[in-house]
Amino acid sequence: MTETYIARSSDVASRMLGGEMIIMSAADSTLFTLNQQATAIWNAADGVTPLSEIVESKICGAFEVDPAVAYQDAEELVRDLAGHGILLVSERPAEGREVTS
Amino acid sequence: MSLITELDSRAGKLGVPLSAHLDVTYRCNERCVHCYLPHDDRGEMTTAEIVDLLDQLADAGVFFLTISGGEPFLRRDLFEILAHARARTFNIKLKTNAILIREGEAESLRRFNLDSIQISIYSHRPEVHDAITKVKGSLERSIAAIRFLKSRGFKVTIANVIMRYNRHDYPGVQALAAELGAIFTIDPTITPHIEGDRGILALNVSRADLEEIFHTESLVGNLEEFCAPPVAVDDDVLDSVSCSAGHTLAYISPYGDVFPCVQFPLPSGNVRKQKFLDIWRDSPQLREVRSIHARDLEGCSECGHVGSCTRCPGLAYREGNMRGPSMADCEKSFARTGIPSRNMLRKAAFSVPLVQIEEWRSTASGAGLAEDDFGGGKDRENVLSC
Ligand code: SF4
Ligand code: SF4
Repeated sequence: MTETYIARSSDVASRMLGGEMIIMSAADSTLFTLNQQATAIWNAADGVTPLSEIVESKICGAFEVDPAVAYQDAEELVRDLAGHGILLVSERPAEGREVTS
Repeated sequence: MSLITELDSRAGKLGVPLSAHLDVTYRCNERCVHCYLPHDDRGEMTTAEIVDLLDQLADAGVFFLTISGGEPFLRRDLFEILAHARARTFNIKLKTNAILIREGEAESLRRFNLDSIQISIYSHRPEVHDAITKVKGSLERSIAAIRFLKSRGFKVTIANVIMRYNRHDYPGVQALAAELGAIFTIDPTITPHIEGDRGILALNVSRADLEEIFHTESLVGNLEEFCAPPVAVDDDVLDSVSCSAGHTLAYISPYGDVFPCVQFPLPSGNVRKQKFLDIWRDSPQLREVRSIHARDLEGCSECGHVGSCTRCPGLAYREGNMRGPSMADCEKSFARTGIPSRNMLRKAAFSVPLVQIEEWRSTASGAGLAEDDFGGGKDRENVLSC
């Protein structure tokens, strides 16, 4: 299976508010709020940790959800955020950083 | 409810300052006739102090950051400040007169991913704009800057403060904004000088002009909505607060003074003496501001406009009582709806016996008192004539 790597775009403004992340895209001033699970994925989006590992370590344990469902939800979220340019998606880890798995 | 309003309300419940306005200097290269700031440098925060403050603001939860002045480009370290603000992932709005923005500055600004840049334009006619800024060629330079910024993809807002000198020029500025691809906003409020001088209030547009502005669809949007009669006053209205100042918004001056809002000069602490978050949480002044609800407002709580009024507690404070009415907002409520505010009626009613007393005293003692000595005589005439 091809791995997916996600990285936060440096073009966005973001801040935690009451456990949830607020994000505004500089490109089109769209405002997002991420729920706690999405926030966990966002915070772990370092460009070098595979999405599957993020889901396993940050979502499944913490939120007691079925791994297959969690991964599906995460993929959908990533597609959505990538569509707005606030997450960068790649099949390879970001250059210049250590691969963690 | 828009997402921003929802966030603001959530931040209010959590006690988080979602927005901050930081003036990095009061120095300016223009001398606008209506400006409310003193322009000498009285010991601005250093770069290190501002960087530390930005860290504190980010840690406190500030998301929307406005960087303004004075003219922020007069600080040589502006780009350093913006770079740090960017690194701390604020949503940054920059307010400037733009006359120092050339092609190179516009290009350099790109790396900070600013949300928007607001530029003041007073008229599309150089002779009017330049007379207001007192800088020859300033309109030309600001327009050139807007072109540089637009060509690099910036969202630019043209802010048009309307006063007596330029009251007929807003259609020209609006057309100019459209031509430049900028967002157009108006502000028909002149505020007293921060050090107390109220003389510049004479620059405010007349009541008739304000009415015209508030009944111009291209400026205010849906007229029926904007000029609708006041909403019914119920418990929800009476439990509401005036605005975000001190609730989710803080203002910090170039000297580190903290206030509830740039328009609300209630000294609440200084970041050179205390941590921002300690001021935000514990300042008695900010706590007092937060304790005020519409039902506590003197006069306003009994005014029919209270549910839809734009009452600015900062302007009310400058008029002497942050719990009281703000005359500028009474005028706006009246201009929108044609219904005088309680404050206007009170002043009008108040002025009648005083004038009668004056007449009685003049007859009895020959000691003539001018109507103006009591204030409000002119207000009464205006209110009753409308
Ligand atoms: S109403 Fe006045 S005090 Fe409140 S946020 Fe607006 S300008 Fe500031
Ligand atoms: S119109 Fe004037 S008196 Fe009425 S609520 Fe507004 S500020 Fe207060």
